[in-house]
Amino acid sequence: MPKDGGIGASSKRREDVRFLTGQGNYTDDINIHGQAHAVFVRSQVAHGTLNGVDTADAAAMPGVLRVFTGADFEGVGSIPCGWQVTDRFGEVMQEPGHPVLAQGKVRHVGDPIAVVVAETYEQARDAAEAVVPDITDLPAVVDMKAALAEGAPKVHDDLTSNLCYDWGFVEDNRDAVDAAIRGAHHVTTLELVNQRLVANPMEPRVAIGDYAPGTGDSTLYTTSQNPHVIRLLMGAFVLGIPEHKLRVVAPDVGGGFGTKIFHYAEEAFCTFAAKALKRAVKWTSTRSEAFMSDAHGRDHVTKIELALDEQGQFLALRTDTHANMGAYLSTFAPSVPTWLHGTLMAGNYKTPLIYVNVKAVFTNTVPVDAYRGAGRPEATFQLERVIDKAAREMGIDPVDLRRRNFITEFPYATPVAVEYDTGDYNATLDKLLEIADVAGFSAREAESKARGKLRGLGLNCYIEACGIAPSNLVGQLGARAGLYESATVRVNATGGLVVMTGSHSHGQGHETSFPQVISEMIGIPEDMIEIVHGDTANAPMGMGTYGSRSLAVGGSAMVRATEKIIAKAKKIAAHLMEAAEGDIELKDGQFSVAGTDKSVAWGDVTLAAYVPHNYPLEDIEPGLEETAFYDPANFTYPSGAYACEVEVDPDTGKVTIERFAAADDFGNVVNPMIVDGQVHGGLAQGIGQALLEGCSYDSDGQLISGSYMDYAMPRADDVPFYSVDHSCQTPCTHNPLGVKGCGEAGAIGSPPAVVNAVVDALQRAGHSDITHIDMPLTPARVWSAMNG
Amino acid sequence: MSNVTMKVNGKPVSGEVEGRTLLSSFLREGLEMTGTHIGCDTSQCGACVVHVNGQAVKSCTMFALEAEGAEVTTIEGMANPDGSLSVLQQAFQDHHGLQCGFCTPGMVMSAAALLQDNPKPTEAEVRDYLEGNLCRCTGYHNIVKAIMAASGQDVAVAAE
Ligand code: FES
Ligand code: FES
Repeated sequence: MPKDGGIGASSKRREDVRFLTGQGNYTDDINIHGQAHAVFVRSQVAHGTLNGVDTADAAAMPGVLRVFTGADFEGVGSIPCGWQVTDRFGEVMQEPGHPVLAQGKVRHVGDPIAVVVAETYEQARDAAEAVVPDITDLPAVVDMKAALAEGAPKVHDDLTSNLCYDWGFVEDNRDAVDAAIRGAHHVTTLELVNQRLVANPMEPRVAIGDYAPGTGDSTLYTTSQNPHVIRLLMGAFVLGIPEHKLRVVAPDVGGGFGTKIFHYAEEAFCTFAAKALKRAVKWTSTRSEAFMSDAHGRDHVTKIELALDEQGQFLALRTDTHANMGAYLSTFAPSVPTWLHGTLMAGNYKTPLIYVNVKAVFTNTVPVDAYRGAGRPEATFQLERVIDKAAREMGIDPVDLRRRNFITEFPYATPVAVEYDTGDYNATLDKLLEIADVAGFSAREAESKARGKLRGLGLNCYIEACGIAPSNLVGQLGARAGLYESATVRVNATGGLVVMTGSHSHGQGHETSFPQVISEMIGIPEDMIEIVHGDTANAPMGMGTYGSRSLAVGGSAMVRATEKIIAKAKKIAAHLMEAAEGDIELKDGQFSVAGTDKSVAWGDVTLAAYVPHNYPLEDIEPGLEETAFYDPANFTYPSGAYACEVEVDPDTGKVTIERFAAADDFGNVVNPMIVDGQVHGGLAQGIGQALLEGCSYDSDGQLISGSYMDYAMPRADDVPFYSVDHSCQTPCTHNPLGVKGCGEAGAIGSPPAVVNAVVDALQRAGHSDITHIDMPLTPARVWSAMNG
Repeated sequence: MSNVTMKVNGKPVSGEVEGRTLLSSFLREGLEMTGTHIGCDTSQCGACVVHVNGQAVKSCTMFALEAEGAEVTTIEGMANPDGSLSVLQQAFQDHHGLQCGFCTPGMVMSAAALLQDNPKPTEAEVRDYLEGNLCRCTGYHNIVKAIMAASGQDVAVAAE
């Protein structure tokens, strides 16, 4: 029986009503009295010396208040990077400066050079066209291997080369892995590209800076997944504004997918300019601007080798990756190809020896950072592709090969420094075979064949690590932040309560799912509980929402704060009923004394807390408000198995997704409807990567895919109805809810399933030489593979 | 600057606009009706869809002055007269057809136009009709389900 409330219920989303009626409050919907408008002038070349900027004509145009250039930011801090990686040799990474507006050089198409601030948007836009940067073109580096060649043009003249770091993990395994591969019965090698993607939340980024001259307080309204992080990075490192004089608000945010984690120049600019001009300054990105200024994702070039014995047991794994950083280090960029990628290379398998080498490279392209999955899709893709290839080479069924190597005992310490707490990979795989109706594949294949189409089936498993933690460990790994979360639960006199959380909801439905948890704990209706997020003036601190961490980390903080509330409320109830505190039970919103018929309602206790006439004032304070910070003991490890069935048109190479099934283990699930939706969205992004999307540059560093005209986003008719299941549940053992996180799984698990399916279709059609095609599998690429 | 007059959600409105002012900007800035969203600058995302004289139109592809005298309906005008959600809006909520909500106004306006022309569309017809509306959150599954449900068709079968 589906529940109608609390944990496990598919409660309908309360946020939907405002979004369905046009009453949302997105950043661009905010207009501050007297605001001015900012338009950025951006570099049109990938690399050049910036000799100067002629702003005279622009400054004289109607409505223009001021034209800012890099010179205005000389005394201002550099946009910081939040993670410092240490390389194979114990040296810290090369870390270039990142000015708010370009100084001396431009380093990618889209690099901001100047900003016009005017009374109206149109005036600012007109004047921006009159700003004339004086740039001497320099040769650009776009390809990563070319960027590392001797004598290559340097993106940053003050660094020794374009190499950010050369990371080895686990470095002590390097020789043992090499020996195991050289001595193995069979080695499967695969070279592949995990192409550059653009996250493309449908809401473009927006920043509004505001300044109150009377108090000296600054406020930034921004499209962020983590307003407290922006307050810290921008306040402490760029503009020198202490937290108590800076408020950051991220209201309704129209999707993030990682790209709204990072601190961007436009945020610092608007905050700075508001103070300089003593009026609010608003900037709204166009989509074309987003393509050249939002941090991109992926962009790895990899060679992977898997060594196996005669029985198909994995002996060793080595992966060698070049990871593109772009022209500057975005906030968490260095962590993505290292700690979010290398630590996942064991996947679901007992591979005893693993070595991961990653060279991170600067190029004249937009900075690359975390995008839905961040490092884990790259790990999963190469691992699950190489396993499929190995299965074919050794003549072993790919499902069977995976099962032979599954980790089956938990906790399991991998050779890449993480410990999986729980999982049941056979269970999710069994469930997948059932919901994907793998048994019925042959009949469907025959039916496709009758229509002249090639059908293929691809499967894979995945594991991911969510809720990155604990803080003291990530600190050792180079994180310059803690990775806890906080929550304040404020109970009002009449019993309703407000949770101020540091997690941020930009599509995830926290306003609905978080109250389900508290409703379950206290036994009061969900509509008595309100979630407040996205404002540094409310929650005490917040690390925000990314890495599928909100419920596992933010939800756990909320649980801990609620436990404190309940403990105090029980003391009050004990006083009201003249009973011992230890005898008080709370159920369905009623406090009772065990073994008696005495009870008081939740509302009586909350009222007593604020009208403390009959109250143990000598023992406890009035009021009912508690805060908790929760720092997880470990990551969580969602896992699962995915299956894709494709049809390939042999005449055109066009691939259509006929069926897609996903069996996930997310541990406990609070709102199954929301979890299904998260998986659906991730699947479409993964299918988009596999078949459609690709950010491309020409050899001069011109961005070729700069709009929706040439960056192919998945549309409704590119995807099927998905079959998703999360009934296999091995709860996380170290957080109070037993939850693991579900936001990224779909995007992590789906690309290899699609590519495995296409390769399968082509192999079944006799193309035994086709073992891999690089994404996106466009008709042109598939047709070319088939036609040599 | 020229004066433009039209009816938006049944209410006469007017304002001063430049020749280049798009209908989408007039709605958002001129009338402060921010339910209509802007998601791109190449007329591809569909976040800005409104109805002009009963037809679904991307309001970023039309100048405000071109809507002179027109009847415009936006997402703000889609609820029932008593303020409750319309059948289509309710279906989006019931089937979790939205996450961040940014594409939602355009999706609802497009879907309403589809159902007006084709009250019982097939799944393929729904997917085809939505080709001008991008959603990055939902993977479209629940949007298609919601529209099928709003047309009174059995979504359980459709989702098989
Ligand atoms: S804003 Fe009109 S189609 Fe994108
Ligand atoms: S719900 Fe976020 S873009 Fe569609």
